Amino acid sequence: MNLLLDGIAWILDPANWTGVGSIPERIGQHLVITAVVLVIASLIALPIGGLVGHTGRGKEFAVTVSGGLRALPTLGLLTLFALWLGIGLQAPIIALVILALPPLLAGAYAGLESVDRRTIDAARAMGMRESQIVGKVELPLGMPIVVGGIRSATLQIVATATLAAYVADFGLGRFIFAGLKTRDYAEMLGGSILVIILALVVDGCFALTQRLVVPAGVQVARATEPRSRPTRPRVAVGRPINEGNPE
Amino acid sequence: MNWLWSNLDLVGELMLVHLALSVPAIILSFVISVPIGWLAHRYRWSRGVLLSLCALLYAVPSLALLIALPVVTGQRTTSPVNLVVALTLYGIAVIVRTAADAFDAVQPDVRESATALGYSEVGRFWGVELPLAGPVLLSGLRVVIVSTVSLATIGAVIGVQSLGSLFTDGLQRGIQAEIVTGIVATIVLAIGLDWASVAIGRLLMPWSRPSAAARRLSVARVARVDAA
Repeated sequence: MNLLLDGIAWILDPANWTGVGSIPERIGQHLVITAVVLVIASLIALPIGGLVGHTGRGKEFAVTVSGGLRALPTLGLLTLFALWLGIGLQAPIIALVILALPPLLAGAYAGLESVDRRTIDAARAMGMRESQIVGKVELPLGMPIVVGGIRSATLQIVATATLAAYVADFGLGRFIFAGLKTRDYAEMLGGSILVIILALVVDGCFALTQRLVVPAGVQVARATEPRSRPTRPRVAVGRPINEGNPE
Repeated sequence: MNWLWSNLDLVGELMLVHLALSVPAIILSFVISVPIGWLAHRYRWSRGVLLSLCALLYAVPSLALLIALPVVTGQRTTSPVNLVVALTLYGIAVIVRTAADAFDAVQPDVRESATALGYSEVGRFWGVELPLAGPVLLSGLRVVIVSTVSLATIGAVIGVQSLGSLFTDGLQRGIQAEIVTGIVATIVLAIGLDWASVAIGRLLMPWSRPSAAARRLSVARVARVDAA
């Protein structure tokens, strides 16, 4: 427990809160890089995932890409890009974008695909254009899963950005590597605690958002359902009947 | 390529070390998760608590967990045990949710029939629920295999030997081939273990010959696990 107290004492030490490389500055860097990477990766992955989910084409492709990318070791990617591009911010940003793609792709694809085919058929029968079906039916209904994808991508970025301090001078990971070099466990632990708190806070914000984006109609339906929790959850439900529609 | 040929011994040795780190973590997390998942399935009140705990655990960045764990375990940060514990915790965070879903997916009619046939609760778990939940459990295990093998490389930055050492060493000495070898070796190991788990699954669960429909379902599952 002494170790823990040392770590907390390090965080509370006023000397660490001012000057170059202070705690607030590192937190700021960490958040800025997370936001930048998230925006770039979203611009790439969300439209592709959405297209796959809407049309149902290239499903295998999307799953293979997101599954295959997950096997990539993050540290390998970071060091490889660092070797190519030199020490600096470009290498981690590119590596982080690549790592954020799979969850975003999977979220966008699974979100749009999760919408009941009958609902979409009904929308089409009412005369909605494809763009309206996507914008007014599929996206709102699939939004919780899409946000879920963004949530896990963000977690991935926050975690890997910590690791990226190995090859670049930014973010909270710096404290860990600086402490590692000088054998200062209090600094390492203090940095780690800050990273954990940051990740949990960010995750909490997304959990809240995920709840808020559930459309009002769906919420009402869920509340009035006799069994509030799905006793026959996703796996058991399987696929909706495809009344005469091609896959 | 030249680098690889002259360092084949090193790569082989690190692959074994890497296996020794990830396989115990994978097995431990599976063995621990199945009962937890069953609890989450069986008792509604525990479900929210257990799944939220897993989500929290999963949110903790790996490097930070590696540094902070010794406070709890009393191990040195650089000890392999520390890394195995961290990997096991992440594995648990991933499989418990899938395990709860897997047990949920056992049809209530089947469960009631088993009870009507005279199965005790324990006998029903081993004879009916576990075999039927098996294929979904396996899909969760496969996700954990891939992520654990890839995550184990991270220990290298704090001094735990693994295939990740090829990354840190390659960066320091500026050898691109070394890093690429490390990436390829990690992926090969992940795919190999994945195949092994599928093969063992077929042996243990001959009733779950993957039909096209089941494969599509599991593909959709993996996508959802990614998103969740």
